Amino acid sequence: MSESGGRGHLKLLLGYAAGVGKTYRTLDEAQKLKQQGVDVVIGYFEPHSRQATIEMTQGLEMVPRRKVLYRGSQFEEMDTAAILRRRPQVCVVDEFAHTNVPGSERTKRWEDVRVLLDNGIDVLTNMNVQHLESLNDAVWQVSGVRVRETVPDWVVKEADEVVMVDLPPQALLNRLRRGVVYPQEKAMQALENFFKEPTLVTLRELALRQTAHEVDVRHEPPKDAGGASSPRLHSQPGSSGGKRESPDRLLIHVTTDPSTAALIRRGKRMADFLDAECFAVFVNTASGLHSLPADERQTVERHLNFARNLQIETRILEGEDVAGTLVSFARRQGITQIFLVRTRQRNLPALFGRNLVQQIVWLARDMQVTIVAEHRRP
Amino acid sequence: MTHHSPDPEDLLRQVEAGERYEARGSFKVFLGYASGVGKSARMFDEARRRKERGEDVVVGATQPVISHEVQELLQKLEVVPLKTLDEMQVMDVELILKRHPQVCVVDGLAFHNHPRSYHMARWQDVEELLEAGISILASINLQYIDEYKEKVEKITGKHVVDAVPLEFLKSAGEIEVVDVPPGMTFQHAGEIPEDAAAQQQKLAKLREMALLLTADIVDHQLELYMQRHGVEQLWGTQERILVYVKAGVDARQMIESGHRNAERFRGELYVVNVRQREPSSRVNSVLQDNLHFARTIGAQIETLEEEDWTAAVLRFAHEHRITQIFVHHSRNERWIERIFGSGIDRLIQAAEGIDVRVFPQ
Repeated sequence: MSESGGRGHLKLLLGYAAGVGKTYRTLDEAQKLKQQGVDVVIGYFEPHSRQATIEMTQGLEMVPRRKVLYRGSQFEEMDTAAILRRRPQVCVVDEFAHTNVPGSERTKRWEDVRVLLDNGIDVLTNMNVQHLESLNDAVWQVSGVRVRETVPDWVVKEADEVVMVDLPPQALLNRLRRGVVYPQEKAMQALENFFKEPTLVTLRELALRQTAHEVDVRHEPPKDAGGASSPRLHSQPGSSGGKRESPDRLLIHVTTDPSTAALIRRGKRMADFLDAECFAVFVNTASGLHSLPADERQTVERHLNFARNLQIETRILEGEDVAGTLVSFARRQGITQIFLVRTRQRNLPALFGRNLVQQIVWLARDMQVTIVAEHRRP
Repeated sequence: MTHHSPDPEDLLRQVEAGERYEARGSFKVFLGYASGVGKSARMFDEARRRKERGEDVVVGATQPVISHEVQELLQKLEVVPLKTLDEMQVMDVELILKRHPQVCVVDGLAFHNHPRSYHMARWQDVEELLEAGISILASINLQYIDEYKEKVEKITGKHVVDAVPLEFLKSAGEIEVVDVPPGMTFQHAGEIPEDAAAQQQKLAKLREMALLLTADIVDHQLELYMQRHGVEQLWGTQERILVYVKAGVDARQMIESGHRNAERFRGELYVVNVRQREPSSRVNSVLQDNLHFARTIGAQIETLEEEDWTAAVLRFAHEHRITQIFVHHSRNERWIERIFGSGIDRLIQAAEGIDVRVFPQ
């Protein structure tokens, strides 16, 4: 594939929990490719001491991992440079969402994968749905677990194919009880925490719907008129070839409120599904960010950075009147929808002054204003 | 999840759900989106593994054409031979009942039987085995599900006669979707011929349908689980949009927007209004226009009977696991709202766990 000089292709196997068989299926596919004469190597593989999975690596070449020393302990990471030197056609990379140990060249494994792709190597990889950035809050609500290793949605969008690795939760629970997934003691812990039936059922439903969506956006015939329909099967990542014309433009109001991260995820997911452009805007009432108290400034910068990592365009506006500044910016930019968090402030009768949500809703009467729910653990 | 004070009706449902759950054999379905994706092999492989773990497994029915992979698996399993009636092969239900294994494997769930058979179709045989306490592993393709037959035919152009009702598949305790994308995995854009590309597009549509169908069945199972355990689910895995239509206001744009959202998310759309006492003829005709439009785009329509619209809308929203509420702005605030806050203010404050989107009027 490298001889054609193009970017490598990415295939992502999506599961919903440890033990559903992602690694097994990934290796199975690698074996089939090898039988067809494809030059395939294992770039990274996590054995988890699962026998059946380890057996699946037989006969496949493994690129040795790189040893990294961190705080006196030795860690092993994928050796991206060595894979590039080896130049296989296809490389298997287990656990797409993994965070590299500090001191590695890149922070995330998905960044290493992008380097392989840039160099024309095809990659077979896998992850669980709970690692998808935009589902982070939903997953927390369902499971009580705040997943830290996340993959931005735009990275998943770059995959040429997303495939669901399905297994009914009851079967997964049986596997866990039989000690196939984790050693007995860890399995018991898992059963009490993450691996509860309703949690697994819900995560599975999220994974099924997400995969259906990924299939939909990749294979949809183009919306524009004209008879010959060419599917956007392998549209180049980042190219707007598949971008549907959207009448929507979204604006997310960034504040120091702790639920801003959830707001940004929700707004961005909405924008992605609607193919809409998306801005994240902070209104600074002091003059210049430096005049904000240090802790507030850090919070705002963290939120804006988070938005940028999700490929959202960010702006900082200056103005004493937050609602007025935000809404007139929105009007100038042709924004159709504003996304806000619910103010914690009590609802005051208008005689005593309106709270920020009320002010924005009132001023932006020509737009849609969405007040995003605060998600709490039930 | 929150615990409720028990409602007798709910308790009864719980008990019934529990009983149903225990008496029958367990039922697992492997769902494929097209033939040749390997669901039979996946099923027989599971049968083999179960047998190796000591379960008493037999094969009750196979398909006329057997792949090499399946053939190898069958050699490791006990097969109850099919019965031949006038050159037609049907599952030998009597023999299986007599043999009474723990688990019976049934390939090709949608096959029809001989006119002299006790049941018209194989899936009805399966129902009988389940009732007798035998667990079933079965496989089916999307096109053989009654409710999907036509939709699939529109895509593939192939007409299918035999079909299994969706309701029966929903009774399965476990369903596993066999999601294997068609064709070669790694291909460069230039290498795909035009007709192959069109073919892939069709198969992708079927894949998406199979995934979403499985998601719906899984969602249904989650509801049953919640009923059995008397817990209420407070989160939505699927987008469910409620559009509240106010008296006398043209809501076409808002309904359209709700429709587009629901389409994109493959979610559900409800259009809700609250009954007016003696509406004027103008108010009534606007409402009828709104509801007519909602009906044409396939929304579910609901009329609530309550004085306080925010309370009514919120209760309905929680009952139906709504994730987004769409409402219109109030154009003119009355003095009382200015002092005590408008209905929309109250809705925003009280809509816990639900997004509220306010639309221009």
